[in-house]
Amino acid sequence: MARRVSVQTRIGFTVLAWAVALLLFSPILWTLLTAFKTEAEAIAAPPTFFPQNFTLENFEAVQDRSDYFKHAWNSIVVSVGSTLLGLIIAIPAAWSMAFAPSKRTKDILMWMLSTKMMPAVGVLIPIYLIFRDLRLLDTVHGLTLIMTLINLPIIVWMLYTYFKEIPVDILEAARMDGAELWNEIVHVLVPMAVPGIASTLLLNVILAWNEAFWTITLTSGRAGTLTAFISSFSSPQGLFLAKLSAASLLAIAPILLLGWFSQKQLVRGLTFGAVK
Amino acid sequence: MATKQTRALARTMMAPAVIVLFIWMIVPLVMTLWFSFQNYSLINPMMTGFAGWANYVYVIGDPSFTQALVNTLILVGGVLIITIVGGTFLALLLDQPIWGQGILRILVISPFFVMPPVAALIWKNGFMHPGYGMLGHLWKFFGLQPVDWFNQYPLFSVIVIVAWQWLPFATLILLTALQSLSEEQREAAEMDGANAANRFRYIILPHMARAITIVVLIQTIFLLGIFAEIRVTTGGGPGYASTNIAFLVFRTGILSNDIGAGSAGGVVAVIIANIVAIFLMRAVGKNLDA
Repeated sequence: MARRVSVQTRIGFTVLAWAVALLLFSPILWTLLTAFKTEAEAIAAPPTFFPQNFTLENFEAVQDRSDYFKHAWNSIVVSVGSTLLGLIIAIPAAWSMAFAPSKRTKDILMWMLSTKMMPAVGVLIPIYLIFRDLRLLDTVHGLTLIMTLINLPIIVWMLYTYFKEIPVDILEAARMDGAELWNEIVHVLVPMAVPGIASTLLLNVILAWNEAFWTITLTSGRAGTLTAFISSFSSPQGLFLAKLSAASLLAIAPILLLGWFSQKQLVRGLTFGAVK
Repeated sequence: MATKQTRALARTMMAPAVIVLFIWMIVPLVMTLWFSFQNYSLINPMMTGFAGWANYVYVIGDPSFTQALVNTLILVGGVLIITIVGGTFLALLLDQPIWGQGILRILVISPFFVMPPVAALIWKNGFMHPGYGMLGHLWKFFGLQPVDWFNQYPLFSVIVIVAWQWLPFATLILLTALQSLSEEQREAAEMDGANAANRFRYIILPHMARAITIVVLIQTIFLLGIFAEIRVTTGGGPGYASTNIAFLVFRTGILSNDIGAGSAGGVVAVIIANIVAIFLMRAVGKNLDA
């Protein structure tokens, strides 16, 4: 890690790195600052950096106009619900692929990955019509179902790469000791698999939270998640930059915090275990 | 090793996931294919029956299709170039001995967690708005006329937003790959008198090749379907200037209620994605086996 470099070089690199990082972060930082300004100050020219009249009125206005809490609750239900449902279906599948692989296991995994490559627009119209006929449009459970399906391949893949690292010998030993299959799963496999399952859960909650194709096309007022909530701010109405910033901040803050905690697991999860 | 019984059990355990995904893949796809050969409009219920290739002729023959196809390629290609080149540069920079590496990583990765419509709206209003956007202020500061980004350079503006979202992803993956390069190897090259450019060309780049391939593969999957960024900024316009294939299908099928033509567009989108996927899988397969 610590290469021998002169202090000057180190300072140079540090300054450059901070400049680039702050530049990349600036849209988020700017949103954060603007959210606490009055509407007049938000569009003032020349702009102010820190809010001169610190205010929370934008957050109140956003809650009154679009009911943030309802949308946030929908986001939580859909992202957590779809991930849990996905885990229930995926854990047995990944378990059997990792511990009882057959000749076709690799093919099945590749096939699952290939379903992710199918563009959503290719199936948008039938799904839209099916949802319309089954009265699933703009419902939380309908959206949860779709979200489970689109993230299922990633969940299976992630779990598979984690499960594969569990030593089989331990399972064999447990089996020798006469452990039943159920006991084998609950007492041996689960404790070793929990970290992998936890990171799978975290990453998929993030992916489902930020999903913006199906949430926008299949929901509106009732079951709208935060992606739909924020999209309702796309047409400007009068003075609104500060309110938009407040709404944006409310929509991204929860997942930004989760993301910061999970960034170590992110690489592995998003590359299907190919980069660790 | 595995007995007949455990093999049967393994199949049973795999069945739900496989069946659910199979249905999810086949049923809507077959329906899209079926609709694409039908006269089916939600506005005009009198229009029914077999349409032959009419929907395809209508969709592909329309100039908007060619433009959407070109836009899709420019969008995917442009974002890939920016994120790979920028990501490599950033990864090399963050790998240097610098102060505050942990915080820097958090700052750099953050845009990836911003949901697409928020990213698009922040850029559209906070940055690219000619009246009160940050870039507008900056232009005025230097005595220049502020640019109306989404009207003058709609596709370029969308590329900037999407690249901003995906640059962190590329950086993080490339950085992880870079950090797995052994220190001895680098030092040995340094001792042998290889300069920085040669070390990058002959040691670092070959080591990162696999990670770069993976970044290209995963990003392409997501970039082909870019939707929300277009929906909340330009709405595909002006005209069709920033409409990609995904948005064209949405426009035709859902906004114009032409189920037949929209489905034909959807089938074309699936075919394009498959062509890309075959090329990518082949390239990645080569790299992954090695």
